[in-house]
Amino acid sequence: MDAIILQILNGLDKGSAYALIALGLTLIFGTLGVVNFAHGALFMIGAFCAVTLNRLLTLSHQVVDETRTDFLGNPLKVDVPYMQDIFGEATGAAIIDWSVPLAILFSIPIMIGFGVLMERGLIKHFYKRPHADQILVTFGLAIVLQEIIKQIFGANPIPTPAPDAFRGSFDFGTMLGFDPNVIIYPYWRLVYFGFAAIIIGAVFAFLQFTTFGMVVRAGMADRETVGLLGINIDRRFTIMFGLAAAVAGLAGVMYAPINSPNYHMGMDFLVLSFVVVVVGGMGSLPGAVLAGFLLGILESFASMNEIKSILPGIDQIIIYLVAIIILLTRPRGLMGRKGVMED
Amino acid sequence: MFGLGKRDLTLFFIVAAMALFAPFILNPFPTDSGMAQFNAGYPDLMQRFVIFGILAIGFNILFGLTGYLSFGHAAFLGVGSYAAVWMFKLLSMNVIPAILLSMIVSGLFAVVIGYVSLRRSGIYFSILTLAFAQMSYNLAYSVLTPITNGETGLQITLDDPRILGVSATADGGIPVTNLFGLEMRAYETLNIGPWAFQFSVGYYVAAVIMLISFYVAIRIFRSPFGMMLRAIKSNQNRLYYTGLNARPYTLAAFVISGMYAGLAGGLLACMDPLAGAERMQWTASGEVVLMTILGGAGTLIGPVLGAGFIKYFENIFSKINDQVVHGWVSFLPDGLEDLVVALIHPFVGKGWHLTLGLMFMLIVIFLPGGLVEGGQRIARRLRRKPSPDDAKSASTEPAE
Repeated sequence: MDAIILQILNGLDKGSAYALIALGLTLIFGTLGVVNFAHGALFMIGAFCAVTLNRLLTLSHQVVDETRTDFLGNPLKVDVPYMQDIFGEATGAAIIDWSVPLAILFSIPIMIGFGVLMERGLIKHFYKRPHADQILVTFGLAIVLQEIIKQIFGANPIPTPAPDAFRGSFDFGTMLGFDPNVIIYPYWRLVYFGFAAIIIGAVFAFLQFTTFGMVVRAGMADRETVGLLGINIDRRFTIMFGLAAAVAGLAGVMYAPINSPNYHMGMDFLVLSFVVVVVGGMGSLPGAVLAGFLLGILESFASMNEIKSILPGIDQIIIYLVAIIILLTRPRGLMGRKGVMED
Repeated sequence: MFGLGKRDLTLFFIVAAMALFAPFILNPFPTDSGMAQFNAGYPDLMQRFVIFGILAIGFNILFGLTGYLSFGHAAFLGVGSYAAVWMFKLLSMNVIPAILLSMIVSGLFAVVIGYVSLRRSGIYFSILTLAFAQMSYNLAYSVLTPITNGETGLQITLDDPRILGVSATADGGIPVTNLFGLEMRAYETLNIGPWAFQFSVGYYVAAVIMLISFYVAIRIFRSPFGMMLRAIKSNQNRLYYTGLNARPYTLAAFVISGMYAGLAGGLLACMDPLAGAERMQWTASGEVVLMTILGGAGTLIGPVLGAGFIKYFENIFSKINDQVVHGWVSFLPDGLEDLVVALIHPFVGKGWHLTLGLMFMLIVIFLPGGLVEGGQRIARRLRRKPSPDDAKSASTEPAE
């Protein structure tokens, strides 16, 4: 029992990331009908927003500290971040410590701007082209973005720590009446899951309860009619693209402490997220979220030693295996609508 | 002749002549000149040209004719390589059985993957093939380590049985791959003045196989079977309505294309008897797609051009470093020189992938038919209005 709960928890954080990326992919596909292979790159750019902010905040100058000396007896030079000069020592240190959560605010305008720019500058010209062309041009864009990041930040993963307050682990088992130290779960992953849940909830609420969201949903159902009613649906779809980019970016920002950002993390997640979208059903938002969590949890179950001893290597292929089985038995995916991208 | 039409025959002979004289054509600069680094006429790179040419020709039979975009073709390449290396380990160092086995194994593999994946079309097909390829890649790294030797890659060693050959040569070394005694790595150098031309056995073996593959591809393109595949691309529903089942045809195309990829993988192993799982990674699959698109999907010569183009620039661009760029622009004043070098720096050397990505995007945006379409556009414009400045503006087009 405790092992099962532990695996479900372990699957949640990866599942959250899959769900967030898949949600953005589906938003783009559902509104604009574009298959965006550069979505993983957006996730990666989000993670590098966190890195950038962290670097900006820790910009520092050297100060001679008279009270301490190095081994030669000279006064020691200490790096003092500018943040501590501006806000005082304690506040400055706290700001640096909380750089990852702060990066959320920092990344939202960047990601939305980037998404809108991408849609207006590139994707717009591909609505009428075949899906293969869309896949190819966004694939090319993904390569370009990835290489630019590689040139700026280098090829090595950059550790980006979570705030001190969340660095420990949390004994989940004691809450449920198990022995202590049976189910231990890092705080930050819990935060990530909560964050993902909030974002997903916010996106759904936005689509369900605002006028803007209603128009967008109407546009997803019948773009032409909405256009005939005198609504500028293209502009709204552009904004939705920006929003989808922001969702992917936020998923990346918060993922930075879990997995040190590197330039190919986007590609790694992209392949899996596509599988998630297809399993959930192309164009279905709840399907994408459901499939994201489902596959994340399945993946963590498959990496249990008990299961690996029966079926060696299953943890490596479980997601693909599930995708193949689902596509063959239920071609539309778990919650796909009839007739969407069936050929 | 050979059952080809006049135009196809001409095309075939042009390709054959280019393949035959490649050591000359690709070596236009004298060895000691500053331009020598742009020479591509060395065996290793020429082998790559033709081997990846085979891969792209095969991919084009599937994508160019039926329109099914497979994102998992690298899996067949990898399987072919492993099969060939196993043949070297168990049977002999002769390349013929290795190539045959790699084609058979990848063909069988393609039957299985194709049977499942072709039940869906469009993007679902792409994702299914991608899923299969990633599965093979992950398995090659983990569970199948006894067969694939995991991260180290499969190599030939001194204690392999090699039933029909020898485990070790007389002087105790590992035997080399050969074709009835002709060593693949052997080459002759012909010095004419300041030029040095290299003729490699491996290259010519691969080139002959490429020509055979190219010939088969032409025949497929012109056959009723090829017509059927084109019909699948243009309107599959109508095909069903006329009472024809498209799936056996697509499956056949998929298997043929998988066997081409396996052949390419086998040849790679023949030139360098080493097989690693990274050959199956999805970026490798993406590269094949790129080659075909760049050259022109659905055309005969396009994939070969695309493969050569990408492999050439991959090798040449990644060799250019800052010193070389400094050498080019040394005539500029110092400050300006540094600026130019700094501007070029991200695109050359290790930044080659950036150039590749940009080139790829520009091709898809402005020239969806690839290099072949670019060439046709120029030809059309030249025929219509043969004024010199018009031709000049047209000829800048492929650079986009």
